[in-house]
Amino acid sequence: MKFWSQTAAILMKDILTEYRTRDVLTSMLLFGLLVILMFHFAFESDLEGIRKFGPGLLWMTFIFAGLLGMNRSFAGEKENDALEGLMLSPVSWSSIYLGKMLANLLFLLLAEAIILCLFSFLFNYGIWPRIGWMAAITFLGTLGFASVGTLLAAVSANTRMSEVMLPVLLVPLVLPVILSAVLATAANFAQPPEEQVMFFWIPVLAAYDIIFVTLSLMTFDYVLEK
Amino acid sequence: MIDLQKYLGLLALLAMMAALYAIFVLAPVELTMGIVQKIFYFHVASAWVGFLAIYLVCFCSLRFLRKRDRQWDVRAASAAEVGAVFLTLNLVSGPIWAKPVWGIWWTWDARLTTTFVLWLIYMGYLMLRRLVESPEQRARLSAVVSIFGAVNALVVYMANRWWRTQHPQPVIAGGEDSGLHPDMWLALSVTLLALALLFFCLWKMGCDLERSRESVESLRRIAQRHLREVR
Repeated sequence: MKFWSQTAAILMKDILTEYRTRDVLTSMLLFGLLVILMFHFAFESDLEGIRKFGPGLLWMTFIFAGLLGMNRSFAGEKENDALEGLMLSPVSWSSIYLGKMLANLLFLLLAEAIILCLFSFLFNYGIWPRIGWMAAITFLGTLGFASVGTLLAAVSANTRMSEVMLPVLLVPLVLPVILSAVLATAANFAQPPEEQVMFFWIPVLAAYDIIFVTLSLMTFDYVLEK
Repeated sequence: MIDLQKYLGLLALLAMMAALYAIFVLAPVELTMGIVQKIFYFHVASAWVGFLAIYLVCFCSLRFLRKRDRQWDVRAASAAEVGAVFLTLNLVSGPIWAKPVWGIWWTWDARLTTTFVLWLIYMGYLMLRRLVESPEQRARLSAVVSIFGAVNALVVYMANRWWRTQHPQPVIAGGEDSGLHPDMWLALSVTLLALALLFFCLWKMGCDLERSRESVESLRRIAQRHLREVR
């Protein structure tokens, strides 16, 4: 019980910081828009092309925007030694991890929801009939991405050139999550939808999430420790 | 006192000679691919060594986190360096074989992708080690990353298998499915032994190198402190 209220406190702290500055969400959204714009020039964004590349493009936008957002998650704490304060406060370190992870998850999901709407609007990509399953896939994929991402953001915050270190470490490690999420999304939006394929990948995604969240919780203490 | 490194090096050299003999003299020339198939022995053996090395890195890292003995960190670091070299060997020898046999340098086949991803994980790990200043922190952080790397190597391998079973493609396989000629098996085993010995020899050398690097680092720190005091 105490653990969860501590987690909630950390989560609220991050939400409050974000509410006051709006740094992370704004930069993620602008960056997402830029990626969409570049994709338009890179690929002919006709219906055929979008049908084929859409799911991959969508997840690439999520990943790039997410990397940008998660880089801030511990870099901000490093300024003014705020992390030391957090570590000294009477909360378990696992709840620091979980609180920050949930905050990242929340910001990422918000940004992704908006990017998804923009994507559908700009490319005339019909998502609405299948939005329920898309939400489930996005949630599971983002959970896997954010769980490892938060841990590695804490790792890379301790390095020189931390902005570079996070993507270099994170992308190969979450590749299975990205892969399953893209394939599930593609199956979901296929014409007609390939339910069987989708229902294969959704449990796989959930399994990765369990593995990655557990592993991150187990190792986070080692990252913080001084 | 036995100089382990020298013996390992000598053994590796002998095994390498034996491997070359087994590959080029004993093992028969493959029927469809011809002489170029000889690359198979080094290619496969280096992949196995490279893949196993990540588990060695992970094992040493776990020992470090438990015992807090810096020696384990040194072992992990040097195993990763040498493992990355072997995986690079595999990734370089692959296209050389693929071009004449498949007609292409690279294909996003499950195995190739897996190896490539593992190679990227190695690079991330090694880059992380260069970018953390404090030795103690470097050991801890890279240990955590190596645990993820080892779990991930397995997961990526499985993911790729499932991916392919979901979307079967005409996989242009080497045609080894029907099993190996006994002499080919022999050549492969000897090559594997040679490369494993080479790995352990290089690993040992890497550890020594890392240790002297660290003592130089600490000596430099002491020298700087003295210099400051003198001034």
